Amino acid sequence: MATSIKKLPDIEQVLSGNGACGGCPATMGLRIVGKALGSNAIMLLTPSCSVASMGMTPRLGYNWPCINITFASAGSSASGITHALEVMQEKGRLHGELPTVFAWVGDGGTYDIGFQALSGAAERNDNIIFFCYNNEAYSNTGVQRSGATPRGSFTTTTPTGKRQPKKNMALLMLEHNIPYVATATVAYPGDLYDKVVKAKNIPGMKYIEIQAPCYLGWQFDMPETVQMSRMAVRSGAWLLWEAENGKISFNNPSSLIISGKKDAAPVDEYLMKQGRFNRLLKGPDAESRIAEIQGDIDREIAFIRERAKITI
Amino acid sequence: MKTAQVIMDTGAHAAALAVKSARVDVVPGYPITPQTSIMEALAAMVENGELHARFIPVEGEHSSMAAAVAASAAGARVFTATSANGLLYMHEVLHMASGGRLPVVMCNVNRGIFAPWTLWADHQDSMAQRDTGWIQYHCSSNQEVFNTILQAFRVAEQINIPVMVNFDGFAISHCLMPLTLPSQEDIDRFLPPYEPEWRLDPAHPSSFSNVTNAPEYAPFRQMLSDDIMASIPLVKQAAQEYKDITGMWDGDTIDTYRLEDAEVVAFAINSMGAELRLSIDILRQQGIKAGLLRPRLYLPFPAEDIITALPQNAQVMVLDRNYNFGHPGGILASELKSVLFGRRNDITVKNRVMGIGGIDLTRQFMAAEIRAMMDE
Amino acid sequence: MKSLTKAYRPISWPTKGAGGDTGSWRTHRPVVDTQICNKCQICWVYCPEAVIDRQEITIDYRYCKGCGVCAVECPTGAISMEMEE
Ligand SMILES: Cc1ncc(C[n+]2csc(CCOP(=O)(O)OP(=O)(O)O)c2C)c(N)n1
Ligand code: SF4
Ligand code: SF4
Ligand code: SF4
Ligand SMILES: [Mg+2]
Repeated sequence: MATSIKKLPDIEQVLSGNGACGGCPATMGLRIVGKALGSNAIMLLTPSCSVASMGMTPRLGYNWPCINITFASAGSSASGITHALEVMQEKGRLHGELPTVFAWVGDGGTYDIGFQALSGAAERNDNIIFFCYNNEAYSNTGVQRSGATPRGSFTTTTPTGKRQPKKNMALLMLEHNIPYVATATVAYPGDLYDKVVKAKNIPGMKYIEIQAPCYLGWQFDMPETVQMSRMAVRSGAWLLWEAENGKISFNNPSSLIISGKKDAAPVDEYLMKQGRFNRLLKGPDAESRIAEIQGDIDREIAFIRERAKITI
Repeated sequence: MKTAQVIMDTGAHAAALAVKSARVDVVPGYPITPQTSIMEALAAMVENGELHARFIPVEGEHSSMAAAVAASAAGARVFTATSANGLLYMHEVLHMASGGRLPVVMCNVNRGIFAPWTLWADHQDSMAQRDTGWIQYHCSSNQEVFNTILQAFRVAEQINIPVMVNFDGFAISHCLMPLTLPSQEDIDRFLPPYEPEWRLDPAHPSSFSNVTNAPEYAPFRQMLSDDIMASIPLVKQAAQEYKDITGMWDGDTIDTYRLEDAEVVAFAINSMGAELRLSIDILRQQGIKAGLLRPRLYLPFPAEDIITALPQNAQVMVLDRNYNFGHPGGILASELKSVLFGRRNDITVKNRVMGIGGIDLTRQFMAAEIRAMMDE
Repeated sequence: MKSLTKAYRPISWPTKGAGGDTGSWRTHRPVVDTQICNKCQICWVYCPEAVIDRQEITIDYRYCKGCGVCAVECPTGAISMEMEE
């Protein structure tokens, strides 16, 4: 069972009155991450909504030492920091428990421009937690497609809906043979909290991807951020799992879907709630395009179900 | 001065030895000819425990500079090295190092840039980083490479501006020359441990480079520009103190040879400076009053020292190992003319581009070029 | 010499209201009916702004952005979104 709400710590690392939109899923997720990491951590950010939200010089809305870095660089810059801290401790210049080094990066900075540096850091198994908060588009620049944008979704650079499926980034990270990979989403804060606590205590590279429904990019009503996150999981469009040393386990409610104990909700309902699929749903070929999206989801479920059987 | 040791060594390995004696903490690295041997040497030193540091084998140069700046922000002394396309690939992050005032030191082993491919030296790579806000030295010998890296750390950490130490591929990086190694005790006296006055520290959380409004952004850029200019006295002081401690001298912002009474002045940087001394001797034998002015510091451009050093009515022959595309000739000539304009109207400046993509620059060739330029 | 001025490097320090008094963004104000509220803390956990006191279930209106997430998630219907004047 995931940690209950009442057992979550009081600590707030995301300070009230930051610059994020109301109902922002990135901020919501980061706040839970803060409860798990505590204050002894160093945060890296690439250009994104979370940078736009953090306040302008000289004001900072996050209560960590933070470094803004170039867009492609989260993986390598995090490596630089973690190695610096470790060697400075070895040389007697730092004392006490070393801070957790974590990158907080959008899907653009993870799936696309930052992929190479992330892959390098993972292959070196450097001691960091890499968070991808996945709002499935380049939101900060006005909602353009990314490698995480699902098929059918409207963005300003896919005006008739994206034609390709998204990458499966978490599985790609798993195949880097790193000690910990997890997926999460904002509707399940206890699950997210537990995963971050676990990651914090594992040396080496940890990858945690947090699905983050963004009302602005996805075009739903602002109060429904959590609703959308929950619907994504119930429809199987987002799966909750974690893998320690390559062994996958599924978390509720995704585990019920994977094991076949419960049917995933049909995806239509989830799509219908979002303006970004509107054009597609109203188009003449709506049926076949919804079928394509359902096909992507079914394939992902089938694939990970089989992948999870590999336990060596 | 404690007992120094004299060995025969390549420029690349001399660089690695200097980095070791600077007691760096973090070295991100990625191979590219002709720089690779620096990284290989440092990786080996870390592995066998000679150097207590972390070598990070990154997956590309954009990442090696990204790891370097971040490690520096964490409070570490950081070194990396590159050449040619590796340096170009870093370009975006070079600006982060300077704008963020992170005192990274980097060697760039000069090599011509793609396209087409060449492995050999010219200065287009570092000249293309002219406006990144880095201090740039150019060295003319293996010894100067060693000495300059130590001076570079001092200057960088005093004023919080990154420093690039340039030297030519092969002519310096791969040639054996005698190298005097000062004692570690002397080096420690010259280069104290790095004590950043700001770093990423959970005990004092603060954030680096949030978005800024124009009224805040502009002063940061102005300060960077001002502080780069203000590094000149620090460069001189570092050279002088290094001399006081080790007895070695390569010049400070500039290096000169037979300049006092010269009527014809060769003006060039990097390894050309060493060979040109011999060209000057040839010209002198031919009855030409020739001399050499070699900027050791290319950025900030040592304008005042150049203006002061040039003899009256001299003809200055600028030998550029780079192109100033969109202008005839090379970049050094443009820089020099802009400095002399209105200050030294007695000086004539002539310019030729040579040595592109490693074309051999012999003493005889350069002497002949200078003679030919005199008749232009 | 370290720098010409102290603030030569772009540094920021943690503070509430880094984005201003974000309460002014609100069009609707969440109001908790303490008679109905069972103090389950669900609103607290989902509030992106960290403006809900988890014990008292009171809201810091200086920064509450009025997103309405708390009202949608509240299982008892104790939070209503009232139009700001
Ligand atoms: C090298 C570079 N290219 C492009 C940009 C412009 N840019 C800034 S933020 C951004 C999108 C970020 O997308 P993502 O990582 O998904 O974060 P989000 O905005 O969605 O939170 C882009 C393209 C940049 N800052 N740097
Ligand atoms: S656009 Fe979306 S992700 Fe970005 S700040 Fe607004 S709600 Fe958050
Ligand atoms: S969610 Fe509703 S019932 Fe629960 S604490 Fe908040 S206001 Fe009270
Ligand atoms: S309206 Fe939004 S910001 Fe205000 S208390 Fe509710 S969840 Fe928090
Ligand atoms: Mg995004």
